[in-house]
Amino acid sequence: MQKDMLLGSEAIAEGVKLARPKIIPAYPITPQTHIIEVLSEMTANGELDATFIRVESELSAAAAAMGASQAGVRTFTATSSHGLALMHEVLHWIVGARLPVVLVNANRAIGSPWNIWTDQTDSMTQRDLGWLQVYCETAQEALDTILQAFYIAEKIQLPFMVMIDGFILSHTLEEVLIPSQDEADEFLPPYKPEYFLDTNNPMSFGAAAKGDIFYLLRKSIEETMEGSFDYIDEAHKRFEKIFKRRYGLIDTYLLDDAEIVFVVAGALVGTTKVAIDTLRKNNVKAGLLKIRYFRPFPKKEIVEALKGDKKVVVFNKAVSFGSSGQITQEIKEAFYYEDKKPVLYDYVLSLGGKEVFVENIVDLANNLDNLDKFKILWRE
Amino acid sequence: MDFREIANVEYLNQGDFACPGCAAGLSMRHALKVLGDETVIVMPASCWSIIAGGLPTTALQVPLMHVPFATAAAVASGVKNAFREKGEPKKNVVCWAGDGGTFDIGLQAISGAAERREDIIYVCYDNEAYMNTGIQRSSATPPGAWTTTTPTGNPLIFEKKDMFNIIASHNPAYVATTTIAFPDDFYAKFEKAKNAKGFRFIHLLSSCPPGWRIDSKDSVSAMRLAVETGIFVMMEKEGEQEIKVTYKPEKFKPVREYFKLQGRYKHLDEETINVIQERINKRLKKLNLL
Repeated sequence: MQKDMLLGSEAIAEGVKLARPKIIPAYPITPQTHIIEVLSEMTANGELDATFIRVESELSAAAAAMGASQAGVRTFTATSSHGLALMHEVLHWIVGARLPVVLVNANRAIGSPWNIWTDQTDSMTQRDLGWLQVYCETAQEALDTILQAFYIAEKIQLPFMVMIDGFILSHTLEEVLIPSQDEADEFLPPYKPEYFLDTNNPMSFGAAAKGDIFYLLRKSIEETMEGSFDYIDEAHKRFEKIFKRRYGLIDTYLLDDAEIVFVVAGALVGTTKVAIDTLRKNNVKAGLLKIRYFRPFPKKEIVEALKGDKKVVVFNKAVSFGSSGQITQEIKEAFYYEDKKPVLYDYVLSLGGKEVFVENIVDLANNLDNLDKFKILWRE
Repeated sequence: MDFREIANVEYLNQGDFACPGCAAGLSMRHALKVLGDETVIVMPASCWSIIAGGLPTTALQVPLMHVPFATAAAVASGVKNAFREKGEPKKNVVCWAGDGGTFDIGLQAISGAAERREDIIYVCYDNEAYMNTGIQRSSATPPGAWTTTTPTGNPLIFEKKDMFNIIASHNPAYVATTTIAFPDDFYAKFEKAKNAKGFRFIHLLSSCPPGWRIDSKDSVSAMRLAVETGIFVMMEKEGEQEIKVTYKPEKFKPVREYFKLQGRYKHLDEETINVIQERINKRLKKLNLL
């Protein structure tokens, strides 16, 4: 283990290198670019023994990743925003083909109009695909999550999407603990798939399936998702044993006695924690629930964390127009059969990178009783 | 060629889903005899998505990966590089796509793969329309031809996209046009493609009895006539060498004979046929064939 000051993007590239992927197809897009620049450099100077494929679009990046993974090697790609949207069709195929591709998405708004800053519209609108989704708070968490992602994805044969907020994490320097290659290898064994394109054992992959078979295959994806909690838990325990860092499906901050709880995913967790400290100094019992896993959605843990007499403000950096923030929807759904439900506020903020300051969150907590819990709340 | 030399091995199983007289099935059968069992097929949406059979069956004795419409060349790039990383650089990674997946929706990925010098073979079996969805026009549909989206004939202002030269301008290792109606030409070109290293592209003219409105028994004759009338020219370009025409009939037949055989051209009047004949003559002159 070695300590270093790294940009979020560089920390991610270090994590990818430690995972020893063989194929990295990628196409540049702000703010993902640094990640693939560093990986390209690492493959060029021999630090990373892999092939970097400079494809001509994100659609082809996803397609080449699918091909490489189907050929049986560990595969990584990264993108953002419009790039993730362009990949959409192939992202479905990667799930249906049960390929454990790992993708880092640097969260960024999608046009029109053009906007390069961060929100989570790009990945929230891909939530129904069957990719696992984790939202990271820090560069350290992003690095660690990449190793966990390959471990879990390869166990359950589903792809894994790791989210970082564009610029806020990707372009910010942070002190990061970089595991040694030996430690990483101890955690993540080489990838040995059972089925792949093999001329000694020719098979057809993805051939047309009638409803009966198709339905069963889709059902098996959902069953795998539901069963994945055990593998995630095992991965976290294994990770903690080797690296001494603990991760969960969710995380909390001063939650136990909190009367007001902010639910947050991504780098906004940091700002919110500072706001909570300020509120606590003024005797407002505020706390935080961090959503780390969004897919599979950890209903049980979230209900357990939010039960009791609490007011819950859900921060959404995306919105499902005509409905509500996606995280709010999921939490409401989790509480449907619970007798005691918290008061929920559906807050949409920070779209297109609109800045959120500590005082905004403090003001919000102080004015909570004046807010309409039946509507989407927007910042003034 | 001596047909006794054709490999006495079948990689195409009996009972595939090709229509009677389908040249796409015939072409695959013979292509695989050349390519052999160290071959992986990457297949975008096309008639062949059906011909290959539904899950859990397969019509092929080699590994086959079905992929989304626009992605064949990119998927194949990933497959090939993965094989190289696994220490198996000699595998033939072959895209097998129709004209829609090649001339239209897949073109960007093909251009990218060709420019990157990906070590793959891309085969387009061109039946000159979206036949699997029921005969809609593609940019490979010839001027004048009827399809369901060109009910009065493909307008003459359009010309069939010149895929050979589009690919040739990427300086590939090998690019060729051929058809299984001329097996010796077909075999020689697949052999060359197999032995070259880098991006290789073979454009096959591939007759389609329901789409061309021909009798199944005329499937091969139609492709022969396409070459003998000069509407389809069999050529190749090996690496840095000049473009070579690989077959020249003693005398080109009038294109009318090719059209006569096919229901998709039956609405054409004399004037239109003459315009098309003029265009063919112009191109043949440019190739020094007239």
